[in-house]
Amino acid sequence: MSTQTISTAPSRRGLKQRNSIIPGLALSLGLSSTYLGVLVLLPLALLALVALKIPPAEIWRTLTDARTLAAYKASIIPAFIASMINFVFGSVVAWVLVRKRFPGRQLIDALIDLPFAMPTAVVGIALVTLYGPGTLFGSYLTRFGLDTSTGYLGITLAMIFVSLPFVIRTVQPVLEDLDPSVEQAAASLGASPASILWRVFLPQLLPAMITGFILSFAKSIGEFGAVIFLAGNIPGLTEVAPLLIMVRLEEFAYPQAAVVAIGLLLLSFALLLVVNTLQARLAERISQ
Amino acid sequence: MNAQAPTSFADAVASVRPLTQGLKLWLDRSLIAVAVVFVLLVVVLPLALVIVEAFGAGAGVFVRAVLSEETFSALALTLACSLVALPLTIVFGIAAAWAVVKCNFPGRSIMLTLIDIPFSISPVVAGMMIVLLIGRQGPLGPVLDAMDIQVLYTPAAIVIALILVTLPFVAREVIPLMQAQGREEEEAALSLGASGWQTLFRVSLPNIRWAMLHGALLAWARAIGDFGAVSIVSGHIERSTMTLPLQVESLHSEFRFTEAFAVATVLIIISTVVAMVKWWLSTRMNDQQDNTAAAGQAQGANHVH
Repeated sequence: MSTQTISTAPSRRGLKQRNSIIPGLALSLGLSSTYLGVLVLLPLALLALVALKIPPAEIWRTLTDARTLAAYKASIIPAFIASMINFVFGSVVAWVLVRKRFPGRQLIDALIDLPFAMPTAVVGIALVTLYGPGTLFGSYLTRFGLDTSTGYLGITLAMIFVSLPFVIRTVQPVLEDLDPSVEQAAASLGASPASILWRVFLPQLLPAMITGFILSFAKSIGEFGAVIFLAGNIPGLTEVAPLLIMVRLEEFAYPQAAVVAIGLLLLSFALLLVVNTLQARLAERISQ
Repeated sequence: MNAQAPTSFADAVASVRPLTQGLKLWLDRSLIAVAVVFVLLVVVLPLALVIVEAFGAGAGVFVRAVLSEETFSALALTLACSLVALPLTIVFGIAAAWAVVKCNFPGRSIMLTLIDIPFSISPVVAGMMIVLLIGRQGPLGPVLDAMDIQVLYTPAAIVIALILVTLPFVAREVIPLMQAQGREEEEAALSLGASGWQTLFRVSLPNIRWAMLHGALLAWARAIGDFGAVSIVSGHIERSTMTLPLQVESLHSEFRFTEAFAVATVLIIISTVVAMVKWWLSTRMNDQQDNTAAAGQAQGANHVH
């Protein structure tokens, strides 16, 4: 959730950091390593071991199975669309919240945090009540031939909700640091809003916007609780990857579940790596 | 709309090119409208609808549903599990932050990467990892078998899953702040004869209390609302491992809609209060950080990242 960068670079005093005189390394390192070892590393290793219980050919068949591919697709494509929508509207919301003063601004700012705190099952039941078949918006959608239970629409709507804060909360602090006098100078020199947007805002904000986009994407591809209410959960069509893992677990097909899970994990780790690289670069630019 | 910030570029342009003032004002206002409508439509409308539906059959039905024995036991279980997991997450956060920031050890960046991992794991995968860890086939299986203890599908399993999904929250909040504060205060306390524990409780923890509370609140909200991980490790056993979010799903799938909406409303109230307190805390923390930054600049200290 937090988007701050943790720097591990040595201090800028130019010296190699001297050994700390502060005690408690053994205890604090021991304790935190135990947590990470038992709860993160060991279960990840177990996941790999379980997947390796079936021969490589079988692993490959599971990964490239039509149902698995469809499940990845049903997680990735709506996640991408939802994150694009949050990328555009989230940036607008961030800009309005930082630069504009209007009645109710603080309320809107506080509301942005709601999706972080809201249980996903509540999100699911709320969205199905609004967009489900025969409901307030749902009946209009049906009239236009759109149905949340057979296409990616329901999955996308759920993902927009759960990942809404990421772009906003990543862009907001960067925008706050951006000196308004730069835009004023550009404007007083005759730049149009479009060229201020293109030449002043985007170059400064793009790294934060992309970071927010990736965080939103990573959250969305793993989403389960909010999605299953509204999506039709049709195998091979609107069954998302986490749901397929759940189904395989219920069938006691542990190795197959582990293979699908590892595919999802590798994708998440790749995204995490991109975000960390981007943030390190961002921190460098700010400190310069 | 009437109280425009002096920072608006529309204002600046207006002073130079009065003819386009109307256009800029219109642009600003429509962007505000887009932002407000987007947030209201995506976040507020669906949740408001749940509350309306919950009271749709009358307040009596709502009260009966909320006060039913099922809901009460689910609420008690949800609160108990989240409140047992929370201190364990806080202890991890502080231990990890202390090791990473206050002491030197090789491999700090590896540790920071590991701390982030639970954020990027799908809740369902997290649940599966816990099943593999504490299930009978897992490494603890023989021990659990010998002692005839079942952990999976009990509240203990829920607590373990909740610790995993909330693991990074406190650490992620506290580490950047501790890094910004440096080590001088701790070193001063120690050189004046304080013990390590005294330094922790009297110097370090007071300095990070708001960030810690902020992270803990986020973790608590996440723990109360978890669905994916809990639904895998809990087994959905009524009156024993049924948390509030699981109950919402179960009632909904049994077409007991009014009751489902009532339970969802209870969760909406809890989460909204948490989100408001969290927001209030983060505005407070921003002020505090600005003060810290200002003080740092005043001292000319540039070692702070």
